[in-house]
Amino acid sequence: MVLELQKPRPIWQIMFSTHHTDIGLLYLITSIAFLFLGGALALGIRAELFLPGSQIIADSMTFNRMFTVHGTTLIFLFILPFASAVGNYLVPIMVRYKDMAYPKLNAIAFWMIPPAGALIWLGFADFTWYATPPYSIISAPGPAADMWIFGLKILGISSILGAINFIVTILKCKHPDMSMGQIPLLAWSFLTSSLIILVAIPTFAAALLMLLTDRLGISGFFNPAMGGDPIAYQHLFWFTFHPEVYVMVIPAIGMMYEIIPRFSRKPIFSHSSGIFAFVLLSMVSFSSWAHHMYATGMSFTEKTVFMIGTLAAVPASAMHVFNFIATMWNGRIKFATPMMWAVGGIALFFSAGAGGVVNAAMPLDFQTHDSYWVVGHFHLFVMGTIAFGSIGFFYYIFPYVTGRMYNEKMGQVHFVLSFVGAVLVFFTQHVLGLYGMPRRIYDYPPIPEWITMNQIASVGAMIIGVSMVIFLINMIYSSGKGKLADTDDPFNLGGKYYYPFEAKNPHH
Amino acid sequence: MGHHSNWPEWVYVGVVTALMVWVGAEAWNAERLVEHIPADAEIIKVTGQQWFWSFEHEDGTKEIGELHVKVGKAYKLEVTSKDVNHSFNIHDYVVLMDAIPGRVNTVWFAPTEAGEHDIQCREYCGLIHYNMRGKLIVEEAEPSS
Repeated sequence: MVLELQKPRPIWQIMFSTHHTDIGLLYLITSIAFLFLGGALALGIRAELFLPGSQIIADSMTFNRMFTVHGTTLIFLFILPFASAVGNYLVPIMVRYKDMAYPKLNAIAFWMIPPAGALIWLGFADFTWYATPPYSIISAPGPAADMWIFGLKILGISSILGAINFIVTILKCKHPDMSMGQIPLLAWSFLTSSLIILVAIPTFAAALLMLLTDRLGISGFFNPAMGGDPIAYQHLFWFTFHPEVYVMVIPAIGMMYEIIPRFSRKPIFSHSSGIFAFVLLSMVSFSSWAHHMYATGMSFTEKTVFMIGTLAAVPASAMHVFNFIATMWNGRIKFATPMMWAVGGIALFFSAGAGGVVNAAMPLDFQTHDSYWVVGHFHLFVMGTIAFGSIGFFYYIFPYVTGRMYNEKMGQVHFVLSFVGAVLVFFTQHVLGLYGMPRRIYDYPPIPEWITMNQIASVGAMIIGVSMVIFLINMIYSSGKGKLADTDDPFNLGGKYYYPFEAKNPHH
Repeated sequence: MGHHSNWPEWVYVGVVTALMVWVGAEAWNAERLVEHIPADAEIIKVTGQQWFWSFEHEDGTKEIGELHVKVGKAYKLEVTSKDVNHSFNIHDYVVLMDAIPGRVNTVWFAPTEAGEHDIQCREYCGLIHYNMRGKLIVEEAEPSS
């Protein structure tokens, strides 16, 4: 699966290709580009919050637009396309098929992403990534909001097409000699997350249409002035986007399942419990959507039901963590860059999960809800777990994609700075939440504790920013001038640890 | 697969599950107590709108931005909104309830000592969301003569 970067092809050949590794490369480059764009907005937000008062952003509307586009970009244009990149590279190889099941559909699913990204970025809406009515209907300004709605609509269709492709590839195109139990856990992660997408996304797709017609004034589903109910939107939204959390986290865990056994030079502790935990997670992901809504005036019974549904996800997640630790136990571990990212990601996954238990417990949620605690909590997931797993995997497939090695020292510095930065930002944000700072605010009163905590968080964010510049330099330099990789064993682990990469699907 | 026994994993899962059951039971019990509104609680109507809070006491007194209450009394807040979603928050008393147009949500609290506390909006509501703030002023109860 080494791409022919040594014998270059004209760019249009890659762009109009339907081959799975070419589309994987397109997904990869697009997602990393959006990682840098969305990350730059985060640095702007943190710089603004370094001190009370106006710092670098002139008005609150610009700030509100920035955090909206920051969240939308990193979720929909970085995390999901990055997972698709990895899936495109590896799923066909892992199930021993020549390509994805529907190569043209695959290309279409990718090419929906750039126009959707353009709509979101050119619109620059301000109504937060969950676009809650009535604000998004009666108050959010101008074409920006409509462009966001259309952008998300396109991304939803793209996700559904991609999910169908993965499901058919895995279930129908796998080699007949392979049983389901023999399919590697990374491919299993794509199967389960794709099934979640198919069940979850249509709900939000419907809600988006209703939101659009509400904005146009021809319906009033969510508009109380026309007899609608804004809470209905929140249910529809979270019915999609709580499972979506697992759509993002399951492939990241799958990536860790590739990295950890190889760099521990041991087989996975239990392949079957990994599969079991994936399937269990994908089911319980649907039992907890309204835990985002305790404060909307839910009854005691409703809250209890959703608390139980939320806590039910913990044992399944814990099984993955156990599997990782038991795999590393007694292994001959090599802490090369990908392994560092994976292990760091597991540590932060554990911390994020512990915080999640606090949010789920009803009385404690009223301390943390809509405060900076929540910002810290979900960033530990999306950045600490998902982005860490993804970046680790990016380093891991880099030699296979480019045929060259990245600079190991720079990769390790990137990890250490990012890890320290993530702890400084996101742990501190938990504390800020307990001090009562609401999320999504442009300015805050000069309360001494708030100022100190915000400054620590902003410094942490700048450290992550520096580490990402190192990452960028490393990738650009090494993909052209890095030393040639030994594609049989680029990480010098010895032995046959690279099962999926033996295969190479020729272009057709 | 099959080369070694999985029992440590199941013990671990059992411990985690037991922990979750304990957390859930404690939370259930605490929430049940917290949600029990005292019968003699005084009602205050709380209305959020872009971008301030207004209050109406049982005796008809109206306030904007400031809420005066007395030590030792229980207050039941009936929270609603005139325009978009807000979230009424007195962090020091863990009072948090969404203000949603067309709905009235209730939450209660009983101030324990005199002082001033911040009131803020915790749900994004637009341009001045960051400054949709108010003051809770808790006064000593007048000695009954």
